[in-house]
Amino acid sequence: MKKMACVLILTVMTAGVLAGCGQKKEGGTVSTDGSTSMEKVIGALGEAFEQDNEGVTFTYNPTGSGTGIQAVSEDRCDIGLSSRSLKDEEKAQGLTETVLAYDGIAVIVNPENPVSDLSLETIAGIYKGEITNWKDAGGENGEIVLIGREAGSGTRDGFESITKTEDACKYRQELTSTGDVITTVAGNPNAIGYASLASVAENVKAVSVNGVAPSEETVKDGSYVVQRPFVLVTKDDKKLSETARKFFDYVTSSDAADTISGAGVVPVK
Amino acid sequence: MKNKKIFENVVHGVFLILGLITVGCVLLITVYLFAAGIPAIREIGLFPFLFGKTWESTSADPSYGILPFILTSIYGTAGAMILGVPIGFLTAVYLSKLAPKRVKAAVGAAVSLLAGIPSVVYGLVGMLVLVPGIRKLFHLADGASLLAAIIVLAVMVLPSIIKVSITALDAVPEEYEYASLALGATPIETYFKVSVPAAKSGIAAAVVLGIGRAIGEAMAVMMVSGNVANMPGLFESVRFLTTAVASEMSYSSGLQRQALFSIALVLFLFIMLINGVLNLLLKGKKEA
Repeated sequence: MKKMACVLILTVMTAGVLAGCGQKKEGGTVSTDGSTSMEKVIGALGEAFEQDNEGVTFTYNPTGSGTGIQAVSEDRCDIGLSSRSLKDEEKAQGLTETVLAYDGIAVIVNPENPVSDLSLETIAGIYKGEITNWKDAGGENGEIVLIGREAGSGTRDGFESITKTEDACKYRQELTSTGDVITTVAGNPNAIGYASLASVAENVKAVSVNGVAPSEETVKDGSYVVQRPFVLVTKDDKKLSETARKFFDYVTSSDAADTISGAGVVPVK
Repeated sequence: MKNKKIFENVVHGVFLILGLITVGCVLLITVYLFAAGIPAIREIGLFPFLFGKTWESTSADPSYGILPFILTSIYGTAGAMILGVPIGFLTAVYLSKLAPKRVKAAVGAAVSLLAGIPSVVYGLVGMLVLVPGIRKLFHLADGASLLAAIIVLAVMVLPSIIKVSITALDAVPEEYEYASLALGATPIETYFKVSVPAAKSGIAAAVVLGIGRAIGEAMAVMMVSGNVANMPGLFESVRFLTTAVASEMSYSSGLQRQALFSIALVLFLFIMLINGVLNLLLKGKKEA
């Protein structure tokens, strides 16, 4: 009896494992992979696309811009997502970029901080370590604490290239997610950081840059200068599957504009 | 009869395969780490890689020196041991020898719970309570520092140190202690001069296990240490070997990514060294 039970359990377990492999969904799939900053916008687009096309499965793998670009070049996904423009070496690998939307990068300070406007030069000066006290930037006496993102992050790349502070930032903390940056700035009255405009919460204050407050309108008309593109990455020599093509056409059409702006970023069309 | 034998063999085979999965994983990881880690070291050069003082992996003229990470990992682990070992060791002596049964059960359960708390929770509490606390206490501009990481690590290594030490102390034969007491030694003298020396290899193993836990921790440390590639200082923002890999991996490319694998390889060698020492200590215990 005992051994029968054993055999039975083994069989059931094996069957269970095998059953997992056999499942196949009806309809096509679209897989995307890349930038964590694009989670909100691509999630909303995927949901809308799934609703309009029954039986279609949309997947998004939040790995980071670099990983997403690599994934599409290795055929591990249909569309790569990057929150920075492609580098020349990446374009040379046969990849094409299509701008989906623009994201404003907000410069954030603690709500206790009286500073509410900074010029782009002052921000650059602060991040390069030339201005180290808030009293030199229009605030109260206190050492400025620079909070940034880790090397290779799309937000950091975007921020540093816009403010022309590449490789010159004297960070006090390099954090690995937008949420960590916001939490840290919210917890330190002398901190300054940067984060996606869409993810700025109420516990931090987004300062205006050159007198222009960050908002969808000011990013769209270009008057708010700290902004970067959200890019769809595809492979030149590989034709997208029918479903992926349909998704690509949908998100780049004006039909998707409402969904995109609903996610807090600014659509191209 | 025949059926029974076949069945025995089948089950034997299944267990063998399951056992080999572990060995296979270790082999795969070892081979992969060496294969992935060596190219970057070759390109950068072993000496500039291990002893270079600047890490600027994404700058226009990148430099890949990991000495700050190595020293931070060593200092951070040493600091955690300086704080954690006395607390853990004395707790173990108390729980094993002095504590009433109920206290032992209650504290034991608390220690097990401490071991089960996910490291991200340690990190979160550290980030929200410890870091601002250090900032206010020492009047710093920012509290994310080596000190914060040391404190978090010290708490995290306590369960390993306490549990393994208790096991070692419990295993000391009662006769040793009775003999000492009969000779007129007080209980405290007995515990520290008879029980502890008898359990010393087990306690040493506990410490080494704690070191392994501390040096391999990434998540909690990443949230409280600031993650800037500075040379270590108690109130500096620092980056550990583990966090160097974890923080840059998601967006890395090219030589930067390969260098991250090389850092992982260095970390792996550290862990192997620690495991080697642990095995040596445990072997010594059996022979003694």
